[in-house]
Amino acid sequence: MQEIQVDNAGAKKYKRKSLIAFLIFFIMIGAGWAGWKWLVTQPLDNGIKGGIPKPLRKVLDINEEVYSGLYSTKHLIKEYPKSAAAKKARVNGNLGLDEETFDASQWKLQIVKSSGDTLFLTLDDIKKLNKIDVVFNFKCIEGWSQITWWSGVRFSDLIKKYGLEKESAMKFVGMKTPDEEYYVGIDMPSILQPQTILCYELNGKPLPMNQGYPLRLIIPVKYGVKHLKRIGTIDFSNTRPPDYWAEKGYDYYTGL
Amino acid sequence: MSVKIVFKHKLATRWMHWVNFPVLTIMIWSGMLIYWANDIYEVKIGNTVLVKFFPEWFYKSLHIPYRLSEGMAFHFVFMWLFMINGLLYVSYTIISGEWRYLLPNKHVFKESWQVILHDLHIRKQAPDQLKYNAAQRLAYTMIIFMGLGSLLTGFAIYKPVQIQWLTNICGGYEAARLEHFLLTVGYVLFFLIHIIQVILAGWNNFRAMIAGFEVIKGDSQSKKI
Repeated sequence: MQEIQVDNAGAKKYKRKSLIAFLIFFIMIGAGWAGWKWLVTQPLDNGIKGGIPKPLRKVLDINEEVYSGLYSTKHLIKEYPKSAAAKKARVNGNLGLDEETFDASQWKLQIVKSSGDTLFLTLDDIKKLNKIDVVFNFKCIEGWSQITWWSGVRFSDLIKKYGLEKESAMKFVGMKTPDEEYYVGIDMPSILQPQTILCYELNGKPLPMNQGYPLRLIIPVKYGVKHLKRIGTIDFSNTRPPDYWAEKGYDYYTGL
Repeated sequence: MSVKIVFKHKLATRWMHWVNFPVLTIMIWSGMLIYWANDIYEVKIGNTVLVKFFPEWFYKSLHIPYRLSEGMAFHFVFMWLFMINGLLYVSYTIISGEWRYLLPNKHVFKESWQVILHDLHIRKQAPDQLKYNAAQRLAYTMIIFMGLGSLLTGFAIYKPVQIQWLTNICGGYEAARLEHFLLTVGYVLFFLIHIIQVILAGWNNFRAMIAGFEVIKGDSQSKKI
């Protein structure tokens, strides 16, 4: 370490230097504190409780830009043997699954085309497509994960089968439950990933009511919040469709 | 009377040290907001829970419950500052040559032991040192690797599909989450010891982290306790 000998005048000089350094130190603490206060008192992104300050939302949207750059449809999630799957899949949340108002016999999947026409599909129509199994580690945004076995049809197969190429050229897919209580928005690259399925079976049996009978979304490249149960309507757009949890302060993209 | 000025910490080191303090505090705080939503870790012997991460009173006193979305938002914003500050520090330490004072040398374990004995008042003489003693070299080098570990395990949890190879290196998704948590426990322990040591080392040492230099009065060598 470098060191110097100083006389009394020099010692005074260093005393002053030391004082100035402390002054700057305290000013920086003050500035840091003020910056923090500014940040946490910024208006919320949605103006309701549970939202997040607007600057944070901005950074989350920048993060989306960064990480969607990492994204590739070729990055597949690890799959497991069916024997590794939990016998009882965890149920988390029942938004949009009101049994009183839901009539399973009347259910049809509605796909709103860009022309404005709506395509109505029964579960049997959907089952005609190639069925695939996805056994993967399902990840909840709360932090838990569970290996579960789901079966259904690739979203990308549905696009091909029903000639929805024009729709799939758009940026986002929106999905809603039949009662419109729960809704998600998903970027197109993620929904076209080959492990993203419209799922009608869990552990080889029809989906239970609390897992979204008759048809739910399984999208392994997202947290569970995007795996909408009981799909009522699907539509397409170039702007972000409404998203239930994003409105409550969560990241919109939530890509894994 | 002559006074000796010893230049200890470079300006860049001091800045990065103090920037890290609030940033890491925010990372740990927001990390706890996230962890609360699935707080499964505890230390058990048989069926007896020794430590539960975390008890209810702890959550309540820090207003942690039901703030997952907020926690994630803060965590994924301030991670950038944590990462940039860490990368700057490592680059600076390499380029400036400061690493010579920091990296453990071949006597590090023997001398660290001597430092510990000295600190516990068992050994009279502290081993000779340059800027940092052997125990400090070990601790300050280790904390940088822990920072790197937090970064890597963090990304392994954050993007377990797109950066799957990293998640695999960490031993999987659940393992990465536990490692990320344990590293944070390590920071808290580091911090506690660090604070005690700073208090014991006294004013001159503390001033050096703010002003950069120590002021040593008298002609003879400073007496170090």
